[in-house]
Amino acid sequence: MPEPIITFDKVNKWYDQFHVLRDIDLAVGYGERIVICGPSGSGKSTLIRCINRLEEHQQGRLAVDGVELSDDVKVIETVRRKVGIVFQQFNLFPHLTVLENLTLAPMWVTAVPQKDAEERAMAQLTRVRIAEQARKYPMQLSGGQQQRVAIARALCLTPKIMLFDEPTSALDPEMIKEVLDVICELADQGMTMICVTHEMGFAKSVADRVIFMDLGQIVEQNSPDQFFSHPQNERTRDFLSKILTH
Amino acid sequence: MNSAGTFAPIAARPAPLSTHGVSGWIRRNLFPSAGSSLATLTIIAAVVYYLPGFIDWAIVNAVVRPDNATCRALDDAGACWGVIAEKYRLILFGRYPFAEQWRPLAATILMLAMVVASCTRPLWSRWLMLAWVVVFVAFFILMRGGVFGLSAVETDRWGGLPLTLLLSTIGIAAAFPIAILVALGRRSHLPALRTICIVYVELIRGVPLISVLFMASFMFPLFMPQGLTINVLVRVLVGITLFAAAYLAEVVRGGLQAIPNGQHEAAASLGLSYWQTQRKIVLPQALRLVVPSIMNSFISTFKDTSLVTIVSLYELTGSVALALSGDANWRPFFLEAYLFIAAIYWIFCFAMSRYSLWVERHLNVGHRRD
Repeated sequence: MPEPIITFDKVNKWYDQFHVLRDIDLAVGYGERIVICGPSGSGKSTLIRCINRLEEHQQGRLAVDGVELSDDVKVIETVRRKVGIVFQQFNLFPHLTVLENLTLAPMWVTAVPQKDAEERAMAQLTRVRIAEQARKYPMQLSGGQQQRVAIARALCLTPKIMLFDEPTSALDPEMIKEVLDVICELADQGMTMICVTHEMGFAKSVADRVIFMDLGQIVEQNSPDQFFSHPQNERTRDFLSKILTH
Repeated sequence: MNSAGTFAPIAARPAPLSTHGVSGWIRRNLFPSAGSSLATLTIIAAVVYYLPGFIDWAIVNAVVRPDNATCRALDDAGACWGVIAEKYRLILFGRYPFAEQWRPLAATILMLAMVVASCTRPLWSRWLMLAWVVVFVAFFILMRGGVFGLSAVETDRWGGLPLTLLLSTIGIAAAFPIAILVALGRRSHLPALRTICIVYVELIRGVPLISVLFMASFMFPLFMPQGLTINVLVRVLVGITLFAAAYLAEVVRGGLQAIPNGQHEAAASLGLSYWQTQRKIVLPQALRLVVPSIMNSFISTFKDTSLVTIVSLYELTGSVALALSGDANWRPFFLEAYLFIAAIYWIFCFAMSRYSLWVERHLNVGHRRD
């Protein structure tokens, strides 16, 4: 296994009294592509949101690219520059054009001059095949287009790791493919990525490893082949039977 | 013509006409139901009953010349608009020295021009702030004098429209940033800051503006060290500003609450700092949502300035009382004089509310699908 870029070491988290992450141990290698699945409320989203500190863990150690996460604002800033995230609800800024959505962070966080930021943004928009929509506002785009803009926005900060939190769950069925295609291309280009999704076809074709979570724990992890053909745990089999029957 | 396997879309046609002439419009809008018909008829009856009398009073029997004897002979049968022609300079400029009244006139025009300029979108830039500073300085020099050969006029002689404009523009301009900071403070994760902001808002909202003005005017000086005095105009301005800011802060907070958490998360994940997030992401969206309520607060503040009369600052409303109380001949015609300043207030407030509609239309890009 290659050297890890993300390391979870006995990570625990609670929402008030609810124990949402329980003794998470996980090492993600450089360039590794991981799909996390599991029933709702199993802690999948919380787990990936801990990686860029949108959620904080209360016990254990979590290191990203050699930086151990803590309350220190500088540490959080450092980690967030290495990690891009794409949300289920896109979370584009509705008052800014597509192009402004993409140039905002480079210009204000990393002080890139406007012209360079715009060139970089157009390159990323071309990469997600939506360059012609640069001057529009997010609300004028379809869900699939918005999600591709959100991916381009995260890529503009040249992250080392991309997190996807159910990127296709809020999309109409006919738009899922255009978003997954873009994510697949990223995967082919060697980006380290963790994707929470129920798109099992996507998991089979893209993932190096599939992780199944339930009740805040990592129940089982394996290569996609083994995971789908020979699930070890009873809970995994139960889950797969529910989502693969149709 | 859909034959098997091919699809021929039906071409778009214009929508059918929805109006059917004048009678259709009247039926749909004035008499659509029994209740609405009754309301329409009641309003028509009221207009028919009262309007002729009002026209007789306001126009037909009215005296326009500043002729006191004729006015008195009217015996309330008609309006005496002559009182305005007689007293307008006292009403508009209060106790400001009569011979120097070109100065408040110039100051008023300057201020109004600046307000209009600030409302014009092509002029929105950093320079506007600088222009405001220059205008305020020029306003004070014109009004206060004492330099450039202008005779000095103490602030207690200022009055009328320029005073109203000064109190409301400074009150509004200073209250707005304070309100934003207080609204953000009320949502802060720091308990001390949050508590201070809550106490401030609840304390100010719990008392009438009059008591704030009284405190600013009469109580505050008692706590000042001997020999140190702060101009009453400044104290009243601070009072109005703090009062307006408390209400405005709640309006802004309402807007902040409407911003989904995903916006904060997206900004955080991109590495934006707290202030960058507020300035670039949250406030532009939040303020846009509450434009109507913000303008509501501004209009309230504008009209609330009339309360400074009770601490002996004679702005527009106060100067009317001043103009009439000293002159027994014209005192009976207070109604006409108050209608005059009511018209002035109405013009300003109506302009503000129309401007608010314009702002709403021109700022809500991104929330429309077009």
